[in-house]
Amino acid sequence: MTIIKGYKRPDGRVGIRNHVLLMPTVICSNQVVNRIQQQVAGTVAIPHQHGCSQVGKDKERTHQVLVGMGKNPNVGAVLIISLGCEVMNAEQIRNEIMETGKPVIWLDIQDEGGTIKTIQKGIEAAKEMVKQVQDVPRVDLDLSELIVGVKCGGSDATSGLCSNPALGKASDLLVAENGTIVMGETTEIIGAEHILAEKAVSDEVHHKLYDCIRNFEMEIDRMGVDMRGGNPSPGNIEGGLSTIEEKSLGCISKAGSSSLKGVVEYAEPIKGKGFYFMDSPGNDIECVSGMAAAGVHLVCFTTGVGTPTGNPIIPVIKITGNERTAKRMEDNIDIDSSAVLQGKETLEQAGKRIFDEIVSVASGSLTKAEVLGHQEFSINRIGISL
Amino acid sequence: MAAYDFNSEMSSIVLNRKDNVATLLRDVIAGENITYTFEGKPQTLVVKSDIRFGHKVALYPIPKGERILKYGESIGAATEFIDRGEHVHVHNIEGIRGRGDAHIQKEVKNS
Repeated sequence: MTIIKGYKRPDGRVGIRNHVLLMPTVICSNQVVNRIQQQVAGTVAIPHQHGCSQVGKDKERTHQVLVGMGKNPNVGAVLIISLGCEVMNAEQIRNEIMETGKPVIWLDIQDEGGTIKTIQKGIEAAKEMVKQVQDVPRVDLDLSELIVGVKCGGSDATSGLCSNPALGKASDLLVAENGTIVMGETTEIIGAEHILAEKAVSDEVHHKLYDCIRNFEMEIDRMGVDMRGGNPSPGNIEGGLSTIEEKSLGCISKAGSSSLKGVVEYAEPIKGKGFYFMDSPGNDIECVSGMAAAGVHLVCFTTGVGTPTGNPIIPVIKITGNERTAKRMEDNIDIDSSAVLQGKETLEQAGKRIFDEIVSVASGSLTKAEVLGHQEFSINRIGISL
Repeated sequence: MAAYDFNSEMSSIVLNRKDNVATLLRDVIAGENITYTFEGKPQTLVVKSDIRFGHKVALYPIPKGERILKYGESIGAATEFIDRGEHVHVHNIEGIRGRGDAHIQKEVKNS
């Protein structure tokens, strides 16, 4: 049994970071949120483009992502800033996050009487929250509590050859300790779904996986486009990947050899243990944000050509199999697995190094993305703006 | 997915015995003799053009329309004849999946 040092939340869930989260319910609150964040050290903000002119499932998705970010156990307290006339229901968002028992404060710009007054009140509230969360100690927790997202972005040929299969070995070690793995990117299982579907624990999970793929390809058909150029991206193609099938076949190994326990929707909370698939876009920031909203604690992110991706509330560990990228983008890369390609290290050894890094980051050591302040956040949309 | 037998002596790797392409483990230039392991035995192949690290080379002559196999699985189809030793990439293979454009072309033909 492996021990990590994390935070025990009032609802019994476990966090590995202790953030004070500043949340705009709508794009119109971004400036107020940003100013509060600049003033109060120890806060993170999730400015975004949405929250209004949305209906139906698209509106529900934005709501679920905001609530999920607030509920994520890496967050110790939440300050919500609404405008007052938007589609998002700030009161409902607050009430749902409060179910976790963590401190939540909601300020409304129209009620407070404008930008300056809201910023002033928000700074005072955020300052108190930072003090409040400081009192929560790190305690010994079982690694089995951990939910780890596995993701790849800026892939090249080395992703499928070594960084993804090495991450797959780490995934296996985590699942062997009764931990949880979440893989997203519906786009990037196209052409490899038959291999993943074979791992499904039931017919229901098997069908659900194929449904995700079918819905996605129907949308591509509706648009009448070739995915190539969008995914694989120009950088993927430059790196040697010729088609989405080739990219997908290299992608799926990052989840390891576990059975597929379930398929969840974008930002849907992960309720069980083992390996889960989340129906999400391949887009790095949207996918990682959806994972954070689903309750994922940290993401292991493989990259071939190199990317700086981080997240406001969950650490992102960057792994490459490309020696040149490891050297050229040393700022951003946490683990170099390229020795596997040179026959100097086995996939098992590289996987063990990734696993050790997961344990270390879960216990508080900072990833390069955290040190450099990478806090990218974006919400996947599935509808038109009204 | 299986653990591959990486060998620092080889300049390319074949991931599955069914594959008709190898992936380059370093940059190579036209006319260069590259090496790979197939079913445990070292093999050589002369490349016909400069090919960069991570890109693919054809192991056999591949007729137009034939599937390109990597990891033992289809990664697409040849859009023209590809000779042994040629660079295999977006200029001579296409994906079969995620092709909304092909669907539109079919509709145009049928109407």
